[in-house]
Amino acid sequence: MIEVRRLVKRFGLKAVLRGLEFHVEPGEFVALLGPNGAGKTTFLRILASLSRPTLGEVRIAGYRLPAQAGAVRRRLGVVSHLPLLYGDLTAEENLQFYGRMYGINDLAMRIEEVLNLVGLWPRRRDLVRTFSRGMQQRLAIGRAVLHDPDVMLFDEPHTGLDQDASSMLDNVLGEVAARGRTVVMTSHDLSRAADLASRFDVLSRGVITASVKREEIDTRDLLAFYRQAVNGGTA
Amino acid sequence: MSDTPQVMAHKDPLEGRAAFSFLRAMGAVVWKDLAAELRSRELLSSMLVFALLVILIFNFALELDARERANVTSGVLWVTFTFAGTLGLNRSMAIEKDRGCLDGLLLAPVDRSAIYFGKTLGNLIFMLLVEIIVLPIYSVLYNTNLFLPGLLLVILLGSVGYVAVGTLLASMAVQTRTRDILLPILLFPVVIPVVIASVKGSGGYLQGIPFDEIMPWINLLIVYDVIFTAVAFMVFDYVVEE
Repeated sequence: MIEVRRLVKRFGLKAVLRGLEFHVEPGEFVALLGPNGAGKTTFLRILASLSRPTLGEVRIAGYRLPAQAGAVRRRLGVVSHLPLLYGDLTAEENLQFYGRMYGINDLAMRIEEVLNLVGLWPRRRDLVRTFSRGMQQRLAIGRAVLHDPDVMLFDEPHTGLDQDASSMLDNVLGEVAARGRTVVMTSHDLSRAADLASRFDVLSRGVITASVKREEIDTRDLLAFYRQAVNGGTA
Repeated sequence: MSDTPQVMAHKDPLEGRAAFSFLRAMGAVVWKDLAAELRSRELLSSMLVFALLVILIFNFALELDARERANVTSGVLWVTFTFAGTLGLNRSMAIEKDRGCLDGLLLAPVDRSAIYFGKTLGNLIFMLLVEIIVLPIYSVLYNTNLFLPGLLLVILLGSVGYVAVGTLLASMAVQTRTRDILLPILLFPVVIPVVIASVKGSGGYLQGIPFDEIMPWINLLIVYDVIFTAVAFMVFDYVVEE
């Protein structure tokens, strides 16, 4: 579903990604772990077609980036630590706007379905700026799944959430992933990643230094695995 | 990870509906800007208060007889419109940057120039609304008739050129930390032809100069509008992408 070969991204003279190789099968939930500055967000922005690769090849669902970005975007849902929502519009209006941008048929029905999924149907007529951070993040997930994408990218979705909000978000993330979507999620939080992901990759100094499937590791050993990968170990 | 199968790139089956999706996305962006502004009234109120203050200050600062009024009116009007317009352009793109909404727009599977045209049309509506309110107030304060069809045409053409370039440059400036000061620094040198042509064209109508002498300025405005709209159409995608 996602194919990345020899991906390089430079900002001026600084190389953030250095020949990264990455492959995700349909239906996999990959947690992309790594320290600050490892290049996780840059990598996700390239997958989301928000940033152009300097070198290398990126394909999602068979479509090349950046040449076929439009086709990729139709199949992609993105949730970042920012909600990507308009504070002066209601929850329903935000989804109406994005629904029109994506050309969704039967939009009213789809909006009802999505707002029920993220538990915000009773608050549909409230302005987004009156929502708590956790509610905004749940609505952000609703926005991202509105067009029923095959691939979901989550960039640190738990940032700024308290424990209750994080747990509620995990339920929604789990439900989204359970519908057979391919998911790539960056995270600092190993325990949350352990709860959700089917594979753990470590990105350090611009390359994937280790990759392991859930069935190949006891999740209690995830921290040791992560430390070894970050400190120069191999998978 | 190196033994992954080679996947052939294939053609997107929805590519053929580009024109319809372009117009739909453009309309959605305009609707969203108008709906958000109807709630907050932040953009229009700041533009309007600023514009009214400027014409009020000029009214007290300049003691003018009838002939001098005709000479300075076009200058005062365009100073008011351009500075108020800069406030609006900055605010319009700042809204997109808040909460990462610009990324949300760029993630949509539409031609990105549809986003540009949607934002431009929204900004033009706001600028024209301010002008519609400022013109009668200016007419009363300065005792000058501004409701001349030719003058209104010049104001429309000047506003289109200003907003077309302004929206493009605002989308560049918004990516920087110093966006509030960067926009006027980028914008004013580029819109000098529009401002000069608009001031000369407006002044011509107010002073009753023959149409033949005003025509070159109107032509310049039309050419500028067409060229810069086309340039923005071509480069917007590159401006907003990292």
